[in-house]
Amino acid sequence: MSKNLIEVEGLSKHFDLGKGRILKAVSDLNFQIREGETLGMVGESGCGKSTAGRTILRLYEPTAGAVRFNGTDITKLSGGKMKAFRRDMQMIFQDPYASLNPRFTVTDIIGEALDIHNMAGSRAERKKRVEELLDMVGLNPDHATRYPHEFSGGQRQRIGIARALAVNPKFIIADEPISALDVSIQAQVVNLLQDLQGRLGLTYLFIAHDLSMVKHISDRVAVMYLGKMVELADSEELYANPRHPYTQALLSAIPVPDPEVEANKERIVLKGELPSPINPPSGCPFRTRCPIATEKCALEVPALVEVQKGHFAACHYA
Amino acid sequence: MQPILQVKDLQVSFQVRGGEVKAVRGVNFEVGKGEAVAIVGESGSGKSVTAQTIMRLIPSPPSIIKSGEIIFQGNDLTRKTDKEMEAIRGKDIGMIFQDPMTSLNPTIKVGKQITEGLIKHQNLSAKEAKEQGIEMLKLVGIPNAESRFNQYPHEFSGGMRQRVMIAIALACRPSLLIADEPTTALDVTIQAQILNVMKDMQKKFGTSIILITHDLGVVADMCDRVVVMYAGKVVETGTKWEIFQNPQHPYTRGLLRSMPRLDQKKNEKLIPIIGTPPDLIKPPAGCGFCARCDEAMRICEQVDPEVTQLSDTHMSRCWLLHPMAQEVKSS
Amino acid sequence: MEQVDEKNVVEHLKPENFQKIGVDEKQAEIIQRESLSAWRDSWERLKSNKFAMTGLTVLILIVIMAIIGPMISPHNYYSNDLYNTNQPPSADHWFGTDDLGRDMFVRTWMGARISLLVGVAAALIDLFIGVIYGGIMGYFGGRVDAIMNKFSEVLYSIPYLLVTILLLVVLEPSLWTIILAIGITGWINMSWIVRGEIMQLKTREYVLASRSMGAGSARLLFRHLIPNAMGPIIVTLTLTVPNAIFSEAFLSFLGLGVQAPIASWGSMINDALTGWMYYPWRMLFPAFFISLTMLAFNIFGDGLRDALDPKLKK
Repeated sequence: MSKNLIEVEGLSKHFDLGKGRILKAVSDLNFQIREGETLGMVGESGCGKSTAGRTILRLYEPTAGAVRFNGTDITKLSGGKMKAFRRDMQMIFQDPYASLNPRFTVTDIIGEALDIHNMAGSRAERKKRVEELLDMVGLNPDHATRYPHEFSGGQRQRIGIARALAVNPKFIIADEPISALDVSIQAQVVNLLQDLQGRLGLTYLFIAHDLSMVKHISDRVAVMYLGKMVELADSEELYANPRHPYTQALLSAIPVPDPEVEANKERIVLKGELPSPINPPSGCPFRTRCPIATEKCALEVPALVEVQKGHFAACHYA
Repeated sequence: MQPILQVKDLQVSFQVRGGEVKAVRGVNFEVGKGEAVAIVGESGSGKSVTAQTIMRLIPSPPSIIKSGEIIFQGNDLTRKTDKEMEAIRGKDIGMIFQDPMTSLNPTIKVGKQITEGLIKHQNLSAKEAKEQGIEMLKLVGIPNAESRFNQYPHEFSGGMRQRVMIAIALACRPSLLIADEPTTALDVTIQAQILNVMKDMQKKFGTSIILITHDLGVVADMCDRVVVMYAGKVVETGTKWEIFQNPQHPYTRGLLRSMPRLDQKKNEKLIPIIGTPPDLIKPPAGCGFCARCDEAMRICEQVDPEVTQLSDTHMSRCWLLHPMAQEVKSS
Repeated sequence: MEQVDEKNVVEHLKPENFQKIGVDEKQAEIIQRESLSAWRDSWERLKSNKFAMTGLTVLILIVIMAIIGPMISPHNYYSNDLYNTNQPPSADHWFGTDDLGRDMFVRTWMGARISLLVGVAAALIDLFIGVIYGGIMGYFGGRVDAIMNKFSEVLYSIPYLLVTILLLVVLEPSLWTIILAIGITGWINMSWIVRGEIMQLKTREYVLASRSMGAGSARLLFRHLIPNAMGPIIVTLTLTVPNAIFSEAFLSFLGLGVQAPIASWGSMINDALTGWMYYPWRMLFPAFFISLTMLAFNIFGDGLRDALDPKLKK
């Protein structure tokens, strides 16, 4: 088994909203990502998955905990050293419209990282590298002088990928990279991400709410609920044998594009809605909607424990 | 079955600087009584423009209905005045939108937004309307309907707001409900709740539904028939069984192949549809899908294919279905 | 692609029509529309707005005349000619003369120079102090923002006229005193606009993306945030500049501004007050040009706002 590239230990991010209200976006995350693997992270809006991604990259300063990259705790690094680490860790964003500066040409968007890290000696070298990157993501290098708004959503997302690749990173966080794209385009981007992983030996944290896509691309999958990780397992195992009642409900809620499956499916429809992360329920965060909750769930917070080799779940009854 | 809505050769364009975007280029389909029809397609396929044109909700200019008829219960909606349309909207045709945040008026109490239509279209007294409004809120599954009736939209969560939207849209028992991506902005567990509410309502009131969506999973769950749109045209229609089990247009096939499935084996690669949809300011001469179709033939770039009727309910627009295409293939 | 006669093809379908051509991946990604930057797009929109273009043309003509006006006349702005006082417009004095026999044509365009100089100064103050001050408030937020914002609020609460009069206690009335007064308070509005804009922009994903690549504050502020706030900044400028021009005219009219023999539209109107019933042209020309400049700025600014931010247009 390959070594851990990323180790997240007790990572929390709380936002102070003033007046004593604290939004616990992410609480006490513990997990590892192995070199060359894709870890999927799923959950519904407000579960803290995007905050987790941004905190791991230190776009938000963590409230507590450590993020080790190849053994170095990056949460303790000062400006200059952190900047050097930023070359190794990159991010692909959700919104292909908002994530590209509308006043930059494609060359400048992709070239910016090269400028920041002084990686291009001359303008010609910079141009050559940008064209190489565009080609790598399947875009026409002749379009390098165009502006983002001239591209389609899928093409823009490729520009975002090219930008992330410019500094030769080892680890990429893809934060809902396909949820804003059309179905016919999603597969293009996912295939591209998989190809690049094979060619460049990348490690991914793939954040999404689309469970079928996460299953497709990930080696292991983590399920988040209300800022906590409730289940973590190999993707095949998680889908075949979900242990946490939330994961079970989530899996059954996905409509499958096959009328035969849909006609015969008994769907677990959860009651109620996501509680507010400002005022989360006591004990297990899921107990307010859980079909099997008991008194114990209100009193004790279930820990994420290994219920089977490599399969973790945070439920008293898993 | 008598259709309650027939869309015939509908063409809608938008005037923009630099030309005319031909968003809908000759669309034909019909909706039967009590039937749920899905219109699927990607952004820019013209599916939303078609729906909003039926409701006459797109301002003109910039949009122009170039030609076609929209026959709803025997009347052509394209000829109605704005005033006449107002009487139809809400009463005979209800609509729910994608974004439950912006489709409710934030300054008016939820109850008032429901009873407004009842008072206007059904001449109910305020008291009767309130009773019916509360009844509707209960039907769509809002707990404590009596007290929720007097709350403002911001006091509701996204899923609850979408339930309120459904209650408003169905309050006057319209015979047709147009739902434009009603669950796209919602999480899967909430989506499952909303789809259940819509199915219940359909059963209860016998409402016909047009569901605009890009999610084929939702289609398989909800709908009887499917209309597949691409580049402003209907490329295939059929029952959901025909579309999912025997797709005849390469675009429909591509869509189904490009989606991962939970029961798929690991490391099985997705087969994407390459490229991007055409720019409808300059639509291609032949088939709109030609530039992205891996089965494209010479004729496809030259001439737009006609409709091929495959069964009573199944039709597709593709040159591959021409007898000569089969001959060439097998020779 | 060659043009084909559709009808002919359909009527005489041949097997070769059905030859498979497949799909070219590179071809499928080609963009057909003409390339257009956001600035070009705005310019195109502005060009199609007749009112705004008229305003722009008038402004350009005023600038040209301010430059060449005093040169094309044989007269100068300061020489008295006591034999030719209060002359109506004539072939020799195109706009007539004033009570000291000075040529009104030359004085009007000298006045335009003063007005434009004040306008340019106000714009520079807005850009250098207002934009940077506002940018820093918006970008850093928190305590930095609270302190800087309080300071600007205090400054803003002092009336402009009071500032000018206080300055005049220490300094001689002159053009520079006016510019200094503008420099003290004129940029505050701009800084608030920029602050609000930056606060919105800094949460955009492209800013996060740049941060995740290791970009520092200066790069984020000057390469990403301020360029994207340029629309509101320019629109604010089109309001500040005519305001400053009017302030100068007003102060000069009160005698608190430029001193004789230098001509300003405001001081010229003041000079003309005494005999305006008999020599109306002495008031008419400066008054007309100051109104024209204001009007041109306003309609141009309006068009510019629409062009830069099409969302505001209904």
